[in-house]
Amino acid sequence: MTQALSRTDTYLPDFQALQRTAETGGQTWLREMRDNAWSSFSHLGFPTARRGNEKWKYTSVRAIAYADFSHPQDLDPDTGAGAAELKRIAPWNDDWMNLVFVDGRFSKVLSGGTGNANGARVTSLADAIRSDGELVQEYLGRYASVEDDGFTALNTAFLEDGAFIHVPDGQSTSSVVNLVYVTTGRSQPRVSYPRTLVVAGRNSRTTFVESYIGLCQEPYFTDAVTEIVAQEGSRVEHYRLLMESTQAFHVGHCLVYQAKDSEYESASFSMGAGLGRNEFEVLLDAPGASCSLNGLYLTTGTQHLDNMISIDHAKPHTKSRLLYKGILDGKSRAVFGGTVLVRKDAQKADARQTDKNLLLSDEAEIDSKPSLFIYADDVQCSHGATAGHMDDNTLFYMRSRGLDLEAASRMLIQAFAREIIDTVQLQPLRDYLDKIVLEALPTASIRLGGGS
Amino acid sequence: MSTPRVISRGATTSSELDSDYKWGFTIDIETDLAPKGLSEDIVRLISDKKEEPEWMLEWRLKAFRHWVKLDQEEPKWAQIHHPPIDFQDIHYYAAPGSKKGGPKSLDEVDPEILEAFEKLGIPLAEREKLAGVAVDAVIDSVSVATTYQETLEKAGIIFCPISEAIKNHPDLVKKYMGSVVPYTDNFYATLNSAVFSDGSFVYIPKGVRCPIELMTYFRINQADSGQFERTLIIADEGSYVSYLEGCTAPARKKSQLHAAVVELITMDDAEIKYSTLQNWFPGDKDGNGGVYNFVTKRGKALGRNSKISWTQVETGSAITWKYPSVILQGDNSVGEFYSVALVNNHQQADTGTKMIHIGKNTKSTIMAKGISAGKASSTYRGLVKIMPSAEGARNFTQCDSLLIGDQCGAHTVPYIEVRNPTAQIEHEASTSKVSDDEVFYCQQRGISVEDAHFMIINGFCRSIFQELPFEFAMEASQLLKVSLEGAVG
Amino acid sequence: MAGKDQTNGEPILSVRNLHVNVGDQEILKGINLTVNAGEVHAIMGPNGSGKSTLANVLAGKPEYIVTAGEMVYKGQDLSRMAPELRAREGLFLAFQYPVELPGVRAWQFLKAAVDALRVHQGQEEMSAREFDQMLKEKVALVEIDPDLVRRSVNEGFSGGEKKRNEILQMAVLQPTLALLDETDSGLDIDALRIVANGINQLRNPSNAMVLVTHYQRILDYITPDYVHVLLDGLIVRTGGADLALELEAKGYDWIKETAGAGA
Ligand SMILES: Nc1ncnc2c1ncn2[C@@H]1O[C@H](COP(=O)(O)OP(=O)(O)OP(=O)(O)O)[C@@H](O)[C@H]1O
Ligand SMILES: [Mg+2]
Repeated sequence: MTQALSRTDTYLPDFQALQRTAETGGQTWLREMRDNAWSSFSHLGFPTARRGNEKWKYTSVRAIAYADFSHPQDLDPDTGAGAAELKRIAPWNDDWMNLVFVDGRFSKVLSGGTGNANGARVTSLADAIRSDGELVQEYLGRYASVEDDGFTALNTAFLEDGAFIHVPDGQSTSSVVNLVYVTTGRSQPRVSYPRTLVVAGRNSRTTFVESYIGLCQEPYFTDAVTEIVAQEGSRVEHYRLLMESTQAFHVGHCLVYQAKDSEYESASFSMGAGLGRNEFEVLLDAPGASCSLNGLYLTTGTQHLDNMISIDHAKPHTKSRLLYKGILDGKSRAVFGGTVLVRKDAQKADARQTDKNLLLSDEAEIDSKPSLFIYADDVQCSHGATAGHMDDNTLFYMRSRGLDLEAASRMLIQAFAREIIDTVQLQPLRDYLDKIVLEALPTASIRLGGGS
Repeated sequence: MSTPRVISRGATTSSELDSDYKWGFTIDIETDLAPKGLSEDIVRLISDKKEEPEWMLEWRLKAFRHWVKLDQEEPKWAQIHHPPIDFQDIHYYAAPGSKKGGPKSLDEVDPEILEAFEKLGIPLAEREKLAGVAVDAVIDSVSVATTYQETLEKAGIIFCPISEAIKNHPDLVKKYMGSVVPYTDNFYATLNSAVFSDGSFVYIPKGVRCPIELMTYFRINQADSGQFERTLIIADEGSYVSYLEGCTAPARKKSQLHAAVVELITMDDAEIKYSTLQNWFPGDKDGNGGVYNFVTKRGKALGRNSKISWTQVETGSAITWKYPSVILQGDNSVGEFYSVALVNNHQQADTGTKMIHIGKNTKSTIMAKGISAGKASSTYRGLVKIMPSAEGARNFTQCDSLLIGDQCGAHTVPYIEVRNPTAQIEHEASTSKVSDDEVFYCQQRGISVEDAHFMIINGFCRSIFQELPFEFAMEASQLLKVSLEGAVG
Repeated sequence: MAGKDQTNGEPILSVRNLHVNVGDQEILKGINLTVNAGEVHAIMGPNGSGKSTLANVLAGKPEYIVTAGEMVYKGQDLSRMAPELRAREGLFLAFQYPVELPGVRAWQFLKAAVDALRVHQGQEEMSAREFDQMLKEKVALVEIDPDLVRRSVNEGFSGGEKKRNEILQMAVLQPTLALLDETDSGLDIDALRIVANGINQLRNPSNAMVLVTHYQRILDYITPDYVHVLLDGLIVRTGGADLALELEAKGYDWIKETAGAGA
């Protein structure tokens, strides 16, 4: 893939400062890893090229590439975000283990909750690197390759802190792990590099929530990478919430590795970010591995949200289910890119991929590209995509029962969104989403009943 | 500047490759051949050979200069792989016989050619066998025969080689050539615009329903030559035409390039139905030789309530790169794309369509069936684009792929871009193999495994074949069978 | 085994100690069954007992593996014959769940089947006209909507239409041994009468039938010579037509008990 070089040098002073000052607890491998990632990044740059750039066909990252974001070393994570405010805005439950990260760094003061790890290790990544260096080293960067993705390379070059969840074989985190990444308002446009590493041991169970929240009105950039390793027979439940502020740039890359008979379930809710990209790459690397990915994206104003989901059926008898839904309003634009790859010899792969979109305004745009790449014959693969407005007949039916147009359309839009919210198995989170998603839903601003 | 005058006369030999491709013979005829390579001089030579007016030469030169600027940057996004093409190692002009401008009537046509077309199942001389179909036969760069001329003339229909249309109907050609596919459109369209040789021109006047099917039969014969035909069909208000296109080529060791451009235009209430049976030489079992089929086909449904329908059965070519498209400009206009693409052995196909909705209440339907066997790979790539003006637009797309054996690939890459909230878009796709239960059911009724597969695959394609004129449908089903030989059972 | 006159003494089908697996699971555990020319056998038994498995393994369905025993049909070892060869030799299976063949016209499908059969018998393929004529008669015989033969095989057919279509195929192919797997299920009273009628018309002294069924009602029309009860992969009881009536009245539990006691 061709990626034009663009202004990687603006990141250099911060990178050099980090390598000079940041303590790594004597872990030289981390220093090398960053060096290697930096050289990759300076070579790859940002994917701004238009030609032959299928992965970024509908999303231009020029605004990111040509902005000046800084990443100072001397910020105190314990100030800036008010804990009270955070609990009100973020998904939060005092029974959970809540870990708060401010501008990419762990805040002990803001974190809390009564949840306990029950044999699992739940800590900041910086801590884990210091105390569990070997374990972290074994998995960190193993699946998030810096070789072909500029954003991942950049995140890795600035790798310093984030979250670490390790569930040993046969254990489970008895309470939910809640990771809250917040960006706070400071004087200058800022970039943070959240990094999450989840290692689920054999036959273990874990549930975690990962949310990205903006508490400021200035532009900023979040370059996030999440790695999830699901070992044999494990089950990982993952919720991802994108609630950055309207000026924010967000590029998040989540990589999931799945061993034999492992299960990965995710639900992703994207609401905030001026320009947001949500990328999931799932590798089904052994028989019996299965994944289910659900997603809801809501865009309004001039937002641009891009969901890019790749599922790699590398081995036989693997299964994937994907359902993403979008509700678009204003002058916003949403992109859905889905790729299902079934490799040679991955017989009996079973894949289904669906993207559905509701367009509510004249000026919104959806670009959907659900692709299948199949190299094995004994497979069941299908995909579907739809785009359109609410069904006129349904609206009419509802009105003939006495509902007014607005109430009827609101009901339909909510029903459309609820299908995804209902996949959330965590009651407190579902209640939270019910509230924020359903309240945030626009009512149709278009001339309803149009089209003859 | 000196225009090259060297014209070699080659008599070609019979099939070079041992292959089951039964259309793989060569025709032993004298050929008027330009030297290999592409330059301004060659463009001038082609134009000169065709006795073209100055404006045509100018247009070709503009295209050529643009092509030079593209610096051999072929499109890279398609799911196809091939060694680099040496564009200087191709003859850009090859004409059977030495007569300038081609024969005037069937009696003047070389009997070798008539015999060859007979062998291809197109008996040019025996009208009763091809009753109801007017044929334009094109070998390499030149149209060699057109039948049924008078019948058509009576109805005011123009059906002639495009080289003649340039001379006899310059106003129409000037107005519409390049209006749907500009010479800057893409690498191969640009190349075609510079060096296009022959092809068909059709004009159906207002209110006329063309009483017979029009057909062009393309044949590559000369070794190391490319075929760059150009077709232009204009259906004036309230008219209708059904146009068929068939293609074959000899079995040669070296790959040959076919880069055609087809432009269709429909005015208010007009309809064009365009059907293709593409059976260019696919290469042998090990992937040697075969035609590179890089084609730009596009229709513009300009008028209100007009309709353009593409039906294609693609079984040939080593590589197919082709996206017959419709620009739905007129309100209530309709675009259709029905396709069967079958690949076997080492063939590759990246094909699909583009439906660009501009007018209000425009409708498009896409039905694509891909069949992959052997070590082949087939990709459906299609764009449905709804512009903000396309109030009430509708699209329905259904893509199904069938895999035969575990060495092949089948891919589906739709692009859906919607910018109007009143549009309704639906896309569905599935990939599977011929089911064991279906095969067993056939076997239980005494049908062999191989026949069961043909029957099931034919059934899979039936909805597409139904869109073809009857004779073509029969032939398509035969082609499928021949192309699949050895792949199943 | 007592029976009607046996034309040349040799049974049409003789199954001895048949054991069949699907994957690692043993489904048939030693079936014995002899079917002579002119006979009608009914096989009954609870769901999952192995009735369809028996029918399918006789027809040669690939996933059914014979682990022991033998199946001899007209003197030939069935296990050595490809499914289509068995069919051409006159063994017909009416499927419990007839398969849909999208896009394959019923007419074309039947013609191919008839031609395969005729070529196998050393005859010429049938002309389209001759076939049409014959088909028309059979369509009338089984009283199905003539439109069905112009549609795709079984695609969008109702449950009853699918079953009748199986009988139409049987009427066209005139098998020596017909295995009818629950062809009576899902039929309304009229359809049942028609199907039974069709079956009766096809009966003659030189062919034979095995009816797999859950219900007595079809046996009101077609009197079986033998009724077998299949339980957990074994034929645990064989009787005459009255056994079916007894089963209808009492269910299978009493047989399970006696079979269990006997084991
Ligand atoms: N292809 C198969 N794969 C796995 N199991 C099978 C298969 N075919 C049959 N079986 C199993 O074998 C057993 C017998 O099945 P079978 O279909 O022969 O029963 P049946 O007697 O016909 O039942 P019914 O009255 O419900 O039709 C069942 O437990 C069934 O699940
Ligand atoms: Mg059964």
